[in-house]
Amino acid sequence: MKRPGLPLFLQRRPYRRRRKIDAARLLPVFGAFLLLLPMLWAPPEGQGRDTGSDGLFLFLVWAGLIAVARLLAPSLTAEEHRDPGGGDG
Amino acid sequence: MGKHVLVIEDEPNIVEAIRFILMRDGWDVSTLSDGGLAEETIKSRRPDVVILDVMLPGRSGLEILAALRADAATESLPVLMLTAKGQGRDRAEAERIGASRFMSKPFSNTEILASVRALAGV
Amino acid sequence: MVPFNILVAVCLVYVGLLFLVAFLVERRANARALPWLRSPLVYTLSLSIFCTAWTFYGAVGYAVRSGWEFMTIYLGPTLVFVGWWWVLRKLVRIGKTQRVTSIADLISSRYGKSNMLGVIVTVISVVAATPYIALQLQSVTLSFAVFASTAADGGPMPDKAATALWVAVGLALFTVLFGTRNLDSNERHLGVVTAIAVEAVVKLVALVAVGIFVVWGLAGGPADMMARIEASPLSSWDLQPGRWVGLIFLSAAAVLCLPRMFQVMVVENVDERHLATASWAFPLYLFLMCLFVLPIAVAGMDLLPPGTNPDLFVLTLPLAQGQDGLAMLAFLGGFSSATSMVIVASIALATMVSNHIVMPLWLSLRPARAVSGDVRRIVLLSRRLSIAGIVALGYAYFRLSGGSGALAAIGLISFVGAAQILPAMLGGIFWRGATRVGAVCGLLTGAGIWAYSLYLPSFGPDAVISARLMTEGPWGIGWLRPQALFGVEGMDPLIHAMFWSLVLNATAFFTGSILTFPGPVERVQGAAFVNVFDGEVSAGGWVRGAATAEDLLILSQRILGGDEALAFFEAEARMQGKAGPLPDPTPGFLGALERRLSGSVGAATAHAMIAQTVGGAAVSVEDLMAVANETAQIMEYSARLEAQSEELTRTARQLQQANEKLTRLSVQKDSFLSQVSHELRTPMTSIRAFSEILMEGDMSPEMARRHATIIHDEAIRLTRLLDDLLNLSVLENAGVQLTLGLVSLQDMIDRALVTAAQTRPERRFTIHRDPGCEALYVTTDADRLTQVFINLISNARKYCAAPEPELRIAVRQRGGRVMVDVIDNGRGIPEDSQALIFEKFARLTDETRAGGAGLGLAICREVMTALGGSIAYLPGQGGTAFRVTFPLRLQAAA
Repeated sequence: MKRPGLPLFLQRRPYRRRRKIDAARLLPVFGAFLLLLPMLWAPPEGQGRDTGSDGLFLFLVWAGLIAVARLLAPSLTAEEHRDPGGGDG
Repeated sequence: MGKHVLVIEDEPNIVEAIRFILMRDGWDVSTLSDGGLAEETIKSRRPDVVILDVMLPGRSGLEILAALRADAATESLPVLMLTAKGQGRDRAEAERIGASRFMSKPFSNTEILASVRALAGV
Repeated sequence: MVPFNILVAVCLVYVGLLFLVAFLVERRANARALPWLRSPLVYTLSLSIFCTAWTFYGAVGYAVRSGWEFMTIYLGPTLVFVGWWWVLRKLVRIGKTQRVTSIADLISSRYGKSNMLGVIVTVISVVAATPYIALQLQSVTLSFAVFASTAADGGPMPDKAATALWVAVGLALFTVLFGTRNLDSNERHLGVVTAIAVEAVVKLVALVAVGIFVVWGLAGGPADMMARIEASPLSSWDLQPGRWVGLIFLSAAAVLCLPRMFQVMVVENVDERHLATASWAFPLYLFLMCLFVLPIAVAGMDLLPPGTNPDLFVLTLPLAQGQDGLAMLAFLGGFSSATSMVIVASIALATMVSNHIVMPLWLSLRPARAVSGDVRRIVLLSRRLSIAGIVALGYAYFRLSGGSGALAAIGLISFVGAAQILPAMLGGIFWRGATRVGAVCGLLTGAGIWAYSLYLPSFGPDAVISARLMTEGPWGIGWLRPQALFGVEGMDPLIHAMFWSLVLNATAFFTGSILTFPGPVERVQGAAFVNVFDGEVSAGGWVRGAATAEDLLILSQRILGGDEALAFFEAEARMQGKAGPLPDPTPGFLGALERRLSGSVGAATAHAMIAQTVGGAAVSVEDLMAVANETAQIMEYSARLEAQSEELTRTARQLQQANEKLTRLSVQKDSFLSQVSHELRTPMTSIRAFSEILMEGDMSPEMARRHATIIHDEAIRLTRLLDDLLNLSVLENAGVQLTLGLVSLQDMIDRALVTAAQTRPERRFTIHRDPGCEALYVTTDADRLTQVFINLISNARKYCAAPEPELRIAVRQRGGRVMVDVIDNGRGIPEDSQALIFEKFARLTDETRAGGAGLGLAICREVMTALGGSIAYLPGQGGTAFRVTFPLRLQAAA
């Protein structure tokens, strides 16, 4: 029976949390893709790769991964104690 | 003569038959169809002989007999038990409780008349 | 220039400070007064032992040689930590629930507590880590040498070996003191971890300080730095895709499999939530460590004379610039990197060596009886000796290799060695099908290939493996050349070795696993590991700290059986005055439970089990499993017996039921015959009596006629009775022929009322009907249905004892079914008799007897069944009430 005043399907909080878990799972895959990306860039003919721009790209990706992980981390743990093992199923 | 017989039986046609047979022989016959009233009727009417059916509305004939035998006033009252079930068990039960005579239905008219006479000591 | 003596003094003060930190923390921790120690910050900093002296000094040198490739070593761990939800979270949870003491313990425990696996993992780890420890000693020695050589008047030149020895002894001492202080079984070392965290701060601050000095002191800020990079030989670099992918993967594997990383990540973890913080904070730490590596490299190449060892730029650059304070800080940073690695690695390795090699040996060399309760002291002693042994091995390796440049490559070689554990570890925590045999095969294959193709050749040509073998292969077999296995040539040797060792390792692991069958302990452990998030599913559930009543209940249910255990717990809870099935685990309750369990498994075992659950005696999971197996066998046997006796009981019960049914049938038959006899004899009595009277003649004609009428009536009554009996018999045998037709329900009820009025016609009933509802046309057998109504109405007329009798007939239609209620205002039928009234001759008591043969309702029931409907007594209607239900449209076929 649907109780009045409650949303259909999952409640909002568990739903948000599940999506955050999805994001946390996808993050390293996404990161690995970005970190392997420089392999596809062909260096200019007859020269080596440009250290400056490659380094900038790598550090930016790195910083981005850290930032996203930072955003995801608190909500994942905060609720884990209320919902042990949740999202694993 | 003018002796008094109480017939306790719920089948109206059977009552009719017994009354006819006994009255023709000069008995004073009263009848009762409800077992529940049997004891007090016996005490008030003081019949010489009681003809008692086993299956009665209100109270079973065997119960009435037991009650009569337990009462000093009626313990030796001659009681002729009638039953339509025709099983030996009923007869044995009735005799154990203290029926003076026992007859199964259908009976012959002479037989019942003879029994009543014998019970009344005529 | 810093005098060498001062350097030594600073060093000693610094070490003394670490001692003090560790000591204070241990003391305060015992008093449980250090909440901040349990903060995620300390946890994250302790992870920084990933950055050893190889990082601190070596990263710059690596950058000089290969450009950005050095970053792969830190990008792999970044991905692992950012993706903590996949593997780290599970590892930490398993580590907690299974009380894992090391990575060797994890593998051993997962594969059925196999000590062979523990030994294999330990040996691989020690072999891989020993050169790495030597590398740390070498870096400290080299950095001392750098200071000594620049100190013009700096007293005697320190002997390299002596320096390394002193460092080794100091480290061993520190590790023994703080690594084996804990006397409880808890494997955490808060003091050490805190000291490591302090060192982590020192090395980060040192490296960043040197970096800031380079970028803002030597160069004119970031923009100028970029320009300098563009102008330097490092302005372009070469990305080798194979190495790029391979090294990112390798460093990711290493961060999971290095014993020291496992120690700080899993064993020393005090709170799973710290992992979430570390998931971003540790990559941030690595990020900062890497940020200034390239600027330092570029500045070193610019400013230092050619030929200067780039591996020591971090130290030599400030020295050359006259920044003694900064140089000192850099020295301490390198010192911290080296010492923290050695300390944690030796703790981790010593735990493994002690638990999987020394203790099993010691136990097997002693008679079983002699193992008393004082094993703990032996454990500590063996662990201390192991620490000393590990550090000594590192020192020995350093001495034997002569501190050569060959050590520089050892970091990655060591990584490949540690990575051999990866298939068994990941397979163990994600795949229930992984078996012990598979793990052994995989580990031995991988480790063998690693040693053959990478580790042994790394000692240099002709050191262990001859140069001839390297170029021609063993016995001249070309495809077995260590660096060109299976004819794969031209591959980077490291990537070649990593590729083949891990591929064959994983293949052997998988093949071995699918071909073999795991033992019981293995399967239990496998389930406990793989399903660690599904709650406590196995024997692992017993191995927990504080006893909860629930744990005890689970344990008891396994031994006593579900219902009995629950009943016992409920009773105990009631005695404690608690609602619900879980009592508090008071000593009284535990005692009672133990007594109860000892009835099933014996006193000693019961005690051990409860002690285990409550958190006390050290009983291994295997012991419990053995007991549980025995118990299970006994229970299975008794369950079989029980099943047999249940079968017997069931048969007996069936026989008894059949017998009862027969008896009941026999009684019913007797009673039926007796009833029939009674019903036949009653009219017969009248007939005989009046016949005899008539035979005597001698009576008035009207009297004779009257008597003949009685005879006639009773004869009809007899006929009717016989008809009823016949009727019932036919109905019961389902041989009834229905004549279906569309009829008005109202008509049928009218007819029934008229016919039934002949029963006790003297009684006047008030009839309540609702013609509107009755206006229904029904497809049915009208005569039979009407007969049912007649019977019901007649019964009401006969038995309703109300002085002003009333009869109500209510009709309702529900879907395709019609319900007709016949309700009078009499006394109703007592509840206990309601079930009987539809039986043949079931006139309730003699008192309600009135004429009929007692077959009416029985016939009604049979008729209604034949009509696809039913008849039921309706209780609670304020009188006797029957409900007749039948289909609106009866199908002829039915």
